[in-house]
Amino acid sequence: MKVKTFPHGVHPPELKESTEEKAIHSMPPPDKVTIPLLQHFGSPAESLVQKGDEVYLSQKIGEGQTLFSASVHSSVSGKVLSVDMFSHPAGYPVPAVTIKNDGHDRISTEREKAKDPFSLSPEKIRQKVKEAGVVGLGGAAFPTAVKLSPPNDKPIDTIIINGCECEPLLTSDYRLMMEASDEILKGAELARIATGAERIIVGIEDNKKKAFEIFQEKIRDYPGEAVLLKTKYPEGAEKNLIYALLRREVPRGGLPFDVGIVVQNVGTAKAIWDAVHDGKPLYERVITVSGQSIKEPNNLLVRIGTSFESVIEFCGGLSEDADILVMGGPMMGIAQWSLDVPVIKGTSGILAWPSPPQRLEYSCIHCGRCIEHCSMVLVPTRLAKYVKYNNLTEAENWGILDCVECGCCQYICPSNIPLVHWIRLGKNKIISLKRKKNSL
Amino acid sequence: MTDKILILQSSPHFKDKDSVPKIMYAVIISLAPAIFTSLYFFRFKALVLLLSCVAACLTTEALFLFLRRKPLHSLLDGSAIITGLLLAMTLPPSLSPELAVIGAVVAMAIGKQVFGGLGNNIFNPALVGRAFLQAAFPVAMTTWIPPIMTKVDILTYATPLGNLKFENAVAQGTLTSLKDLFFGNTGGCLGETSALALILGGLFLLFRRVIDWRIPLGIFLSLTVFTGIFWLANPEKYTSPLFHILAGGFLIGAFFMATDMVTSPITPLGAWIYALGIGLIVGLIRLFGGFPEGVMYSILFMNTFVPLLNRYTRPRILGGRRKG
Repeated sequence: MKVKTFPHGVHPPELKESTEEKAIHSMPPPDKVTIPLLQHFGSPAESLVQKGDEVYLSQKIGEGQTLFSASVHSSVSGKVLSVDMFSHPAGYPVPAVTIKNDGHDRISTEREKAKDPFSLSPEKIRQKVKEAGVVGLGGAAFPTAVKLSPPNDKPIDTIIINGCECEPLLTSDYRLMMEASDEILKGAELARIATGAERIIVGIEDNKKKAFEIFQEKIRDYPGEAVLLKTKYPEGAEKNLIYALLRREVPRGGLPFDVGIVVQNVGTAKAIWDAVHDGKPLYERVITVSGQSIKEPNNLLVRIGTSFESVIEFCGGLSEDADILVMGGPMMGIAQWSLDVPVIKGTSGILAWPSPPQRLEYSCIHCGRCIEHCSMVLVPTRLAKYVKYNNLTEAENWGILDCVECGCCQYICPSNIPLVHWIRLGKNKIISLKRKKNSL
Repeated sequence: MTDKILILQSSPHFKDKDSVPKIMYAVIISLAPAIFTSLYFFRFKALVLLLSCVAACLTTEALFLFLRRKPLHSLLDGSAIITGLLLAMTLPPSLSPELAVIGAVVAMAIGKQVFGGLGNNIFNPALVGRAFLQAAFPVAMTTWIPPIMTKVDILTYATPLGNLKFENAVAQGTLTSLKDLFFGNTGGCLGETSALALILGGLFLLFRRVIDWRIPLGIFLSLTVFTGIFWLANPEKYTSPLFHILAGGFLIGAFFMATDMVTSPITPLGAWIYALGIGLIVGLIRLFGGFPEGVMYSILFMNTFVPLLNRYTRPRILGGRRKG
């Protein structure tokens, strides 16, 4: 069978064996949760609770103030211990609500179930999704309600459900596809209705054949198809996935809206269904806990706000050789310096492994491999050099802002140059300069 | 558990196994067949030249690293050994080792280190060394001896291409046989005599993905088309493209010299232009120039265009339009 794909990309070791057959296990809620009011990029939600308040499970505790922020809900019932700054897994302090769990999971009566969700209006679906604080669960945590609101002049024809999970080690999306295919498809159908799209395409990498067969069978009840994709990193990156499936190119600086597409991760699709059908806010998610230094790797359904420490302890703890702890996948995940950070909506995995032997950095030998493997067809070595010598104008001319930081260039670089690090630095510098200019 | 010291680093956290030294040692391995055939055909003379070039390159590199206060570990990355080997392969077997050492010192000093060492040079270092020797010692650089098993008078021995150019070999019917060119039983530089050995090494490099396939293919295509046109037009005067490909420094140039990563373009389109240019200039020099052979000059000439090619053959970013 011919599988679809995009040009470029890399083939890192998959390392999914240790968890791919582990069914999703519900982790008991911890004694205490710390829920950041900022879980994604954008501005933090406004706290609705104060120290000493009693909260219910799934009660809204933070209200999104702007278009690009999402509401936050309590993941346990109990008493608010503090509303204070707390370390965020992205490496900076953010306001967060700490709640002591009373262990009863008392639910507020507000939950409103929809009897016939498929007959709801697009506006109503979006509203319920927004109310439930649903964000993209693939990692970037973009507010889903925004993604379901295409501008009027940009008609949407296709909803792509992203079941690639191209990052090594992670298997949480795969398990979700194996165990919750009905909910995922129903959520996709709701997204289709909300955006006015004609069809659904579920894209799944060919190392997840079992999941593909399930979807191929079940999608017959919906307008759409399941498509097998080549196992290659970053097959699941939005722009590459769209190109692989439909040969459409999202214009530079544009959004999938511009080519009539909305992409949703499988976990997000399920969260849409839970939000609309059950009125259930996004207060828990499935994560993969894996890597050589995790004693008992597993796929867990975890309450948002559970500390990494409790999650790892639940998985048997870290072994002595652990040096690197990452939230997310090994290619794009964020390294952690402490276990005292909470699981957030964008946490797809917690991984730990020993540090490989350090390698020397050589100067660029112009092998051109970074260009050959760049998922956006940039010239990473040149971009890194421009940033190094602080020539930001040229860096921008050469497309530095198009970089999605997938990491292929640095993965493949034989000179061991920290290309992504330089490029990220350059992007941050350029963006902050622009902000300054705009605020003058 | 919380007192565990964790390493902070930016993504990606995984790394491919390939590295600069691994690439360099792969090139050295790929040169093995050509080194063995040169030892077979030219015996002790070949051994002395190879050893003196490699030793002189390593010494010069070490000296410069020391003077520039750079860490000496880059001596072990294998690139100096490659320059030494490649330079030796392009020298006439009869050359005295002293001259070879001069060439090696120039290759490393002027060809590489003055630009800032590995990765920064514009010209292929081995060819810079050879071009210097060619200019400074033209007689020594064009005196050829036959392979050890051929019993011929040394003074009248010519390379297949010299024979073609100066002896009117096509009309006389004294052209070197393709079989001899293929196996290497002919006169010429150390490493250029056996096409078979060079092709084996080149295929290894292609298979190992060390070299860009566009470069040998592009050079091959443009030389074939260029010499092919003249051959078809006048086979009495011109010889076939196959002869041009098997003779002289074409194969060593196309597989080992032009493909040097540092001095070839990084973009796919740039690589095509560069390769087509090299093949065309080789053809021009061989058919109409004053020298019988033109691989060295054509590669050095196209090397000069590499920074320009890199700048103006930028690949199209996914999503098109220049400014988003």
